[in-house]
Amino acid sequence: MKLTLKIWREGGMYASGKLETYKVEADEHMSFLEMLDVLNQQLIEEKKDPVAFDHDCREGICGSCSMVINGQPHGPQKGTTACQLHMRSYKNGDTITIEPFRAKSFPVIKDLVVDRSAFDRIIQAGGYVSVNTGQAPDGNAIPIEGDTAGKAFDAATCIGCGACVAACPNGSAMLFTSAKVAHLGLLPQGKVEHEARSQKMVAQMDKEGFGMCSNVGACEAECPKEISLENIARLNRSYIASVFSSE
Amino acid sequence: MKLENKVPPGNLDEKWTKYKSTMNLVAPNNKRRIEVIVVGTGLAGASAAATLGELGYKVKAFTFHDSPRRAHSIAAQGGINAAKNYQNDGDSIYRLFYDTIKGGDYRSREANVHRLAEASTEIIDHCVAQGVPFAREYGGLLANRSFGGVQVSRTFYARGQTGQQLLIGAYQGLSRQIAKGTVTMYNRHEMLDLVKVDGKARGIIARNLLTGELERHAAHCVILATGGYGNVYYLSTNAMGSNVTAAWRAVKRGALMANPCMCQIHPTCIPVSGDYQSKLTLMSESLRNDGRVWVPKTVEDAKAIQEGRKTGLDIAEEDRDYYLERRYPAFGNLVPRDVASRAAKVACDEGKGVSKSGLAVYLDFSSAIQRYGQQEANSLGIQANAAKITELGTAVIEKKYGNLFQMYEKITGENPYVMSMKIYPAIHYVMGGLWVDYNLETNVPGLFALGEANFSDHGANRLGASALMQGLADGYFVIPYTIGQFLSGEIRTPEISNETAEFMAAEKETKERLEGLMNIKGNQSVESFHRRLGKIIWEYCGMSRNAEGLKKARQLVRELKAEFYKDVFIPGTIDEFNPELEKAVRVADFMELGELMTLDALERNESCGGHFREEFTTEEGEAKRDDDGYAFVSAWEWDDDNPTLHKEELVFENVELKTRSYK
Amino acid sequence: MKWILQFLTSSIGQKLIMSLTGLFLILFLTVHLIGNLSLLKSDGGAAFNAYSDFMGHNPLIQIISKGNFFFIFLHAIQGFVLYFKNKGAKGSKYAGKAKDKTSWASKNMALLGTLLLAFILMHLGHFYVRFKFFNDMPMVNQDGADILNTYQTVSEVFSNPIWIICYLIGLVALALHLKHGFASAFQTLGINHKKYTPIIKALGTGYSILIPIGFAIIPLYMYFIK
Repeated sequence: MKLTLKIWREGGMYASGKLETYKVEADEHMSFLEMLDVLNQQLIEEKKDPVAFDHDCREGICGSCSMVINGQPHGPQKGTTACQLHMRSYKNGDTITIEPFRAKSFPVIKDLVVDRSAFDRIIQAGGYVSVNTGQAPDGNAIPIEGDTAGKAFDAATCIGCGACVAACPNGSAMLFTSAKVAHLGLLPQGKVEHEARSQKMVAQMDKEGFGMCSNVGACEAECPKEISLENIARLNRSYIASVFSSE
Repeated sequence: MKLENKVPPGNLDEKWTKYKSTMNLVAPNNKRRIEVIVVGTGLAGASAAATLGELGYKVKAFTFHDSPRRAHSIAAQGGINAAKNYQNDGDSIYRLFYDTIKGGDYRSREANVHRLAEASTEIIDHCVAQGVPFAREYGGLLANRSFGGVQVSRTFYARGQTGQQLLIGAYQGLSRQIAKGTVTMYNRHEMLDLVKVDGKARGIIARNLLTGELERHAAHCVILATGGYGNVYYLSTNAMGSNVTAAWRAVKRGALMANPCMCQIHPTCIPVSGDYQSKLTLMSESLRNDGRVWVPKTVEDAKAIQEGRKTGLDIAEEDRDYYLERRYPAFGNLVPRDVASRAAKVACDEGKGVSKSGLAVYLDFSSAIQRYGQQEANSLGIQANAAKITELGTAVIEKKYGNLFQMYEKITGENPYVMSMKIYPAIHYVMGGLWVDYNLETNVPGLFALGEANFSDHGANRLGASALMQGLADGYFVIPYTIGQFLSGEIRTPEISNETAEFMAAEKETKERLEGLMNIKGNQSVESFHRRLGKIIWEYCGMSRNAEGLKKARQLVRELKAEFYKDVFIPGTIDEFNPELEKAVRVADFMELGELMTLDALERNESCGGHFREEFTTEEGEAKRDDDGYAFVSAWEWDDDNPTLHKEELVFENVELKTRSYK
Repeated sequence: MKWILQFLTSSIGQKLIMSLTGLFLILFLTVHLIGNLSLLKSDGGAAFNAYSDFMGHNPLIQIISKGNFFFIFLHAIQGFVLYFKNKGAKGSKYAGKAKDKTSWASKNMALLGTLLLAFILMHLGHFYVRFKFFNDMPMVNQDGADILNTYQTVSEVFSNPIWIICYLIGLVALALHLKHGFASAFQTLGINHKKYTPIIKALGTGYSILIPIGFAIIPLYMYFIK
């Protein structure tokens, strides 16, 4: 199939950033990123600068890929990362616009590559259980009720890609932050620090300059792991409670 | 060079305990001054950096990713083994040890493997405490499943994303230390050289991938946890960025590369669909718990499928050859990976492959769906018709493997609940790696290697769900102790300066190497060279090998390397974010490693585990090991023309060497 | 007391202000509508005049009404702060256009809120300001006392079709604002549950339709039927 691509170029010779138009020939069995590989091979053969994009596992789990395809983070397929999107979702003659994740807290590094280190700093603020190696009791010492374990797991499937922030009209990181708070807070092992964790992580999130959640729900709709808005409510709850109960 | 493995004396089951309680320690006040560099922050690196930080060392951790959470450990699906015996099915540390030694075809070190089995139980405890959401039974206790090559259920799992959950656990532990300031994290930094001072590893040259700047980082010792080199094959289940550069740079500085030819081919990957393919996707081995592998009995049927005249559904039950069940009745579909992979190759070589290219076999779930459907109907107490049973059974399969099935459908566009999955073996893991002693220290003092980057625990073949176990054992429970053996001798060493002649020289060499690559200004892309390299290695040093092919491959790789240095084209400049330059550096190192692999495979005149030499087979076509001639670890000292082989004899005091039989 | 300030300036604290003030205003709307429905009575405005006299003189109502103004003010100010902060956090928009999976109202609360604020100012200008601060109000004797003939003022305003159109526009904005705001207020409070959320959402939708319709009936009835 013949495609027209409009790709955001920024950095290098494109100082201020602009959409460039390219033509590429793709096969329906290709993944979206393999289609970009074909374009880059073409550009290199023409001795031009290839399009930079983050990618690594190409199995939809590392969370590296971060591009907005026709206005949607990771493209049109529900619950699917850009690397798992295949060209059979497109047809001959289509025009596809590809842009980087946009948010003030995710500055563009080059082309489609953005800096998501703000997420690391949110985790560093409290997204862990404070246990040193060697301190743990037996793994089966505390049974965990199936439903709770399932909910914690659902939250833990977050791959930290940042699509939630990219999709949110407010550039809010609430879905990401709340998924971690919910994952750890629902488990008995993480409950001890739950309220303090909520406060520390929200404070860091605010400091990073992410916007405020206004419950639009775009994050949930675009999340490749389909993480639920329920987690945001959970974080609101624990944060408000923690403010009033802590000393 | 004499290779000392430093295995402590004593009975196998007491070695580690005794060694731990008698080894040299570093006092807390000294730990605060001692700097440790950890390169790579996957399971092994992140767990090591976090634990060393907890202990009080000053740690600097490096990853080429934008965050430690992206390391390829994250993609491991199936699970992690541990000798917990929660299922009361006769598991024990000894049995895990034995299975691993046997599964590795008796080419690993007994003491290391036993220590691994001992640490396995602590790993589960620690990960649970970190909040890793392992699968649980209705009663809230941890669930297990079984994996290839073993007859007990000892695999702990977290849906189909165990690697992700374990890595996030380690990443969180690491993040906690970063926040405390015990670990300084360097994201988007790639190690491009190892710096030795007076023979000891004292630092690295790293490139800041965002700015292109070269940085000199000094420390009292260096730990490499940089993963495996499966990407030498170009098409593998490894991530696009996985590479051998850090380890290879250590080899160029004198570290030995052990058993480089021992690569694991995973039997259940999604087959290649076209020339544009950039990587392969694994379907978890856990699928073989319920899936049955088959090809048509006749070549005619296979041909009809290849040409699109028939599908798997058109082949009647009696015309299907469930070849694993037929050839290996004791283990059936759960034979170890190397055996399953070769059997698939045999079937496809006979012309019975089931895809357009003829390189695929079926993995079928219909009998599991019927079995589970019937069980469900019974437990619900209903008289179900065939459609209802299929519906109930499908629901059970969906619960167990839903995300894997979904992934398969996304990639292939086919519904695996109805059509049998198509699978084919692909490179997945490498058992080979930097040679290390019992302390996980290479032959370069002060240079350690953990996880897939070392060769230590899996011999010639790794069992499923053992990679996660080894990465975490090395990082959480081995290196924090054994590093003390080296560092206790360094407490009087002042802070290592990064301004010495050695650092300056290494930086200069690295700069020249990068400039050299940039200045070739040829016509072919890095990618195109990588593809060609991968084809050569897969063809001659893949699932089966022979002397003639290996000799040819070495020649071809050398020619390709010469062409690379004449005609590669790298766009952009050296002092900016330049992913093509990153790739070029990696592919250049893969070329040399590839050559060494062919040499190693040629030198090893036996078939064992992942290394299958066509000249060395039994009459039934099974692998034939040569314990008298080859019960040793091949540790190679690199030289551009004549690498030297050093041997570490493997001594088996506790297990009897047997021909592996899964029949 | 630093913690209060810290809390109220945190992202969740600011959202909580929106949620609580919003919920109060939602409650106010119900009370306001119930009272105003007395305009529909065919008694020449007696019931409505008595109702407004009561509202104008009861000390408790006076306090609540001051609170109400304060909450409207707070809700609006906080809303503007959120809008500008969020706009800053987002940066540039996407050139690519996708099929929208979220509701228009949820992304345009600030616009709707601004419309509503304008509407409220107009509404206050029509009535509250006149009742409170001008002496030109017509009077009526009811039950032996002289009270303001608020009914007549309302009738005068609603005899002008331009005002009626303005009111109807305001009420459409209110409907959309409530459609998102009602359920959103509960989510911000942390109330989200598989069992209750669908009920809250249904209530919100019902509320966002019924309340504005209730208000819309009044001018239409007064213009066309009376």
